[in-house]
Amino acid sequence: MPEQLLFASEVFLNGLMAGVLYALVALGFVLIYKASGIFNFSQGVMALFAALTLVGIMEGRVPFSHVINATFDTEIHHFGWHVPAFAAILITMGVMVILAYCVQRFIFRHLVGQEPIILFMATIGLAYFLEGVGDLMWGSDIKKLDVGLPQGINTWIDETTFDAFGYGFFIDNLDIYASIIAALLVIVLVLFAQYTKQGRAMRAVADDHQAALSVGISLNFIWIMVWSVAGFVALVAGIMWGTKSGVQFSLSLIALKALPVLMLGGFTSIPGAIVGGLIIGVGEKLFEFAIGPMVGGATENWFAYVLALIFLVFRPQGLFGEKIIERV
Amino acid sequence: MKLKLTTLALGAIMAAAPAMAELVFPSLSYRTGPYAANGIPFADGYADYFTLLNERDGGIGGEPIRMIECETGYNTEKGVECYEATKGEGSLVYQPLSTGITYQLIPKVTSDGIPMHSMGYGRTSAKNGEVFRYIFNYPANYWDGASHAIKHILDINDGDISGQKIALVYHNSAYGKEPIRTLEDLAEKHGYELMLLPVDHPGQEQKSQWLQIRRERPDNVIMWGWGVMNQVAIQEAVNIRYPMEDFIGIWWSGSENDVKPAGDGADGYKALTFHNFGTDYPLFEDLQEYVIDAGKAAGAGDQVGTVLYNRGLYAAMLAAEAAKTAQEIHDTAAITPEMMRDGMEALEITEEKMADLGLPNFGPEFKVSCENHGGNGFGAVAQWDASAGDWTMITDYFQSDQEVLAPLIEADSMAYAEEAGIEPGCD
Repeated sequence: MPEQLLFASEVFLNGLMAGVLYALVALGFVLIYKASGIFNFSQGVMALFAALTLVGIMEGRVPFSHVINATFDTEIHHFGWHVPAFAAILITMGVMVILAYCVQRFIFRHLVGQEPIILFMATIGLAYFLEGVGDLMWGSDIKKLDVGLPQGINTWIDETTFDAFGYGFFIDNLDIYASIIAALLVIVLVLFAQYTKQGRAMRAVADDHQAALSVGISLNFIWIMVWSVAGFVALVAGIMWGTKSGVQFSLSLIALKALPVLMLGGFTSIPGAIVGGLIIGVGEKLFEFAIGPMVGGATENWFAYVLALIFLVFRPQGLFGEKIIERV
Repeated sequence: MKLKLTTLALGAIMAAAPAMAELVFPSLSYRTGPYAANGIPFADGYADYFTLLNERDGGIGGEPIRMIECETGYNTEKGVECYEATKGEGSLVYQPLSTGITYQLIPKVTSDGIPMHSMGYGRTSAKNGEVFRYIFNYPANYWDGASHAIKHILDINDGDISGQKIALVYHNSAYGKEPIRTLEDLAEKHGYELMLLPVDHPGQEQKSQWLQIRRERPDNVIMWGWGVMNQVAIQEAVNIRYPMEDFIGIWWSGSENDVKPAGDGADGYKALTFHNFGTDYPLFEDLQEYVIDAGKAAGAGDQVGTVLYNRGLYAAMLAAEAAKTAQEIHDTAAITPEMMRDGMEALEITEEKMADLGLPNFGPEFKVSCENHGGNGFGAVAQWDASAGDWTMITDYFQSDQEVLAPLIEADSMAYAEEAGIEPGCD
């Protein structure tokens, strides 16, 4: 196989893996938008908040320790214990459910019937609030996150491809695990939406709020549930991205990677988020590989949006989005 | 009634009088946002040094110091707002800790007559004091850093790197692009091939760049990063098993924050520096006694001795020494920004002075003059020891390649002078 083709194949595979990570972030947006029509600007910050909470619980940090110490002139930082990763993930999930309840109870319950732009603004406020609370709770230092996911080159793929082609492909173990976890997550979400009572209620709410209300579905409960599920997806995304770069406040910027995925895949489709993520991941990596060196590189950020815009021209609702038909 | 009002007015003036004589040092810090993890230790070090001077010495030359902290969030617009909000307070010198803010403030401080010190960042050609009369960038600048990296690579290759390939992984911004011209000129001089790999802000996704490094196996990688870009780059280098001892970061890619997330894999990673590390200096004993134990440390007080804390402390120390020099030149303790500029221009840092300050072998010796606002371009190389969890300097301070840098600085500063209508000179 020609050398350039081998390199391109390696880039293609890595693009797929990167796409899965983008899709993980996009999934959270889709879930909330689908069920409540809210474009949740705070999804990236939720991933950050979830990852911060997870590290804080794992390391036995005292939440708000800086505030407590400054107020009471104490020197408390740690509880003195370490929580195993699995237990910490479960506790963090509980925190995300409480967050979902608070978001619904204190923000969106008061905004029922408001214009979508008002709801969007509220999520901007929520993003900044969560960022501030995360900072106060856990501090703004960069935290190492290790939940036991392996990182680094997969030697089996490296050796196998080397034996076959004379060139060993680089695939990061973390990306492989992220792909498996994302696949499982999507399967669970689809099964939940299709085969459980709550899932069907969620779909009913997504289709028509008023009709769902008329058959006795509690909008409050469904929205808390959706925000909780989005919180869980944010936690998974936070674990993957946080393992790569350490948990820090720029983690919230991963939301920027999800926007072209949503434009391409549609705001209301779970498969759309996955396929959109894969297309963006592969597209940007191959473009950087083939064209990047000719134009000075660093094409990935803008190319993802260009690619999404091209798709938008032909399918404004995205690849899998629902076509909006408004009759006069 | 009139008498009462007059008395009140006089009282107010008298009460305000000591405040007027305070030495005001603004701190344009960023304790929030994506770069807070780096902004906090620098701001703490900067504040703690001034607190120490107030508590131990009663300020500088008998005048108390007032530090005004303004949050920029590493955002250029907010940085400019901070400048506008604080310049009327009698601010003596600005240190914005951001190349973007520095560029915006260059014309403003020049027209307002307030000096600015961009230590190891900002516009490199500001070294030419004949053009940039109010801007200082001692003890080292980006082009010095580029040259330090190449000199170090030359040293470990017995002086010959012709035919070698050196990659620059850089933040795709004005900051990250600063060393390119220098590295290109040095490539011509030493015969190495330069490979440019830009990384878009914020730098969380760098797979393409590191796959290219894996394919082309450059002999050395130099990094010009900041924030999350550093941690991701080091982790990706570990992932592709790039030798850490061949990977050198600029001083903004060389703090504990950058290496710790990669764990043991980051062992051996190198970074440039223009100051030393740790707390094993007499000054830190005073800091413990007068600031930390007294409960007057800035922030949470948990950053003492980290790389960026020491850098903030060093920046404050250089500002205080320039203020002392200004007081000596003008024979007054209550100096103005214009006098502060004179003090900065006459600043000379010797090892003897550093030892007197309780910081022996902490920073390089240098001398500032009207023609040279950037010092002598000395820097060193440090290496990360993951098991010990600390940085160690592995070289002495050495000078950058002035033969290559001087013409570049001259050309760039003169272009700016022409563009801004400045008549270069020292009068």
